[in-house]
Amino acid sequence: MKTTLTRGYAVRLSRGMKTNLKAWILLAPSLVFLLTFTVFPILRSFFLGLTQYEFGMRSPEFIGLENYINFAKSALFWKIMGNTLYFSFLTVLPSMVIGLGLAMIVNTKIHGVGFIRTSFFYPVIMPMIAIASIWMFIYMAESGMLDQLLMAVGLKAMNVLSYRETVIPAMSFMYVWKEAGYLMIFFLSGLQNISGELYEAATIDGASPFTMFRKITLPLLGPTLLFVSTIALTNSVKLVDHIVIMTEGGPNNGSTMLLYHIYQQGFAWFDQAKASALTVVMLVIMLAIAMIQFVNADSRIHYN
Amino acid sequence: MRAGNIMKTHKHILLNLVAVVLALAWLVPLVWMIGTAFTEGSYTMSLIPHTRPTFENLRYVWNAVPFGRYYMNTMIVVAGTFSVQFVTVTMAAYALAVLKFKGEKLMFIIIFIQLIIPNDVLISPNYMTLGDLGLTDTKLGIMIPFFGSAFGIFLLRQMFKTIPAALSEAAVIDGCNTFQVITNIYVPSSRAAYISFGLVSISYHWNNFLWPLIVTNSTENRTLTVGLALFAKSKEAVMQWANVCAATFIISMPLVIAFFIFQKKFINSFISSGIK
Repeated sequence: MKTTLTRGYAVRLSRGMKTNLKAWILLAPSLVFLLTFTVFPILRSFFLGLTQYEFGMRSPEFIGLENYINFAKSALFWKIMGNTLYFSFLTVLPSMVIGLGLAMIVNTKIHGVGFIRTSFFYPVIMPMIAIASIWMFIYMAESGMLDQLLMAVGLKAMNVLSYRETVIPAMSFMYVWKEAGYLMIFFLSGLQNISGELYEAATIDGASPFTMFRKITLPLLGPTLLFVSTIALTNSVKLVDHIVIMTEGGPNNGSTMLLYHIYQQGFAWFDQAKASALTVVMLVIMLAIAMIQFVNADSRIHYN
Repeated sequence: MRAGNIMKTHKHILLNLVAVVLALAWLVPLVWMIGTAFTEGSYTMSLIPHTRPTFENLRYVWNAVPFGRYYMNTMIVVAGTFSVQFVTVTMAAYALAVLKFKGEKLMFIIIFIQLIIPNDVLISPNYMTLGDLGLTDTKLGIMIPFFGSAFGIFLLRQMFKTIPAALSEAAVIDGCNTFQVITNIYVPSSRAAYISFGLVSISYHWNNFLWPLIVTNSTENRTLTVGLALFAKSKEAVMQWANVCAATFIISMPLVIAFFIFQKKFINSFISSGIK
């Protein structure tokens, strides 16, 4: 009697063990790559960020928080943070508003919806490098399309990429054009989840389209808005490809963004410690963006 | 009543007009790029081509830049990345969707970390790791950080969860092992999710730039985006928009054409790419 009990227990345990083993064998390949190229580099950045490790040094030297203290004192660092923030400010909200507008257009039963949706979305699947190459010619001094247009109506050529005041707005305009179509599709699927009966009832009650938008569309899109804003923020903070083509951070660091600066520190100036410390700053920003969603996820109201 | 209807029709026509005008405005950069790629080079820019169509720019660029090689490299990187992802993601998704095991939470945390921290921001430490592994300036080096895909795992896990357990239990009774259950039941029933994941992965890696730029150092390994950037920044390209447009055309057309044909599939796939 006693032996059978123990035996049954042993068999059960070993079955559980077998499932554990099977699961981890199946997870192993993903785990190895996620640990090596996501978890480990995060830890490595935290460690190297506390060291001095310039080109030519044999090994990193521990210097505590000196890199961060230097950043805090550096005008260039704050300029770059300001640029990054300014670019996000000029792109996130406009691309969301336009994306929602486009989604509402595409969601109606108008003629040629397929064509319209396609032309709003195609910039999304084009490489940023190709888009920057094309817009480079739009923005180019004097012979570019924009300046030609300005001169044709009697205004002065602006040469937007060469001035501190206009370089980020010009890049933002291009990026909003590219990103709006991407955000559109999330809004579109959000809109399609709102029951048409709500609008019908509101129409019978004599509500204006604006009231319906404010009282039905916006509240019911709440979760979508939150989710789209985190996507838009993440994307705008990590966008750098166009800088390589258009300005290389110029004029006078007027368009240098955080990730581009990481690239400069690590791969132009070969200072891996500073690049790591900047990566840590970037990680904190990414984490903060993710937190927006987690914090709101708890208090999120679910309609429908 | 009739007046109201007429108002409605007017509004409808107006909205339609606005939509079409906006859509056309959105197309301007693409139309200009294609038009210029097939127009003789000139120093003035115009939206409408003013010379007879020519293949001269495409021919020139194709010969001046090793785009054939870059195409090969890009296709190897894109196909290689997706093939490996297909295997790793399928295995992990099955474990997370079907099996109950110890440490599930830990695995989810690791996956979440990648969803929050995309590889794009880890270029500096990952390049050091690549150096340690001796993989700088290799195609494997471009691909390897993406072999584990949190997005793919999530997408397929969701899909796998909808497949009734009875189906795989029956297969087990029939003598199938785990590998056979995955390949005979789970993979074939999840075709839609694989297409979504595939389109997003392929578009991402076709278009990716910064990481391949950093990793590669030779023609043998450069991808199309890196090739275009090098050409666009070279001395030969200054003011030569016809040539740069031709090069842009060469590198972006495969995806753009595929998108115009399968636009619904692309859009549905990209909706799933927002997973967070």
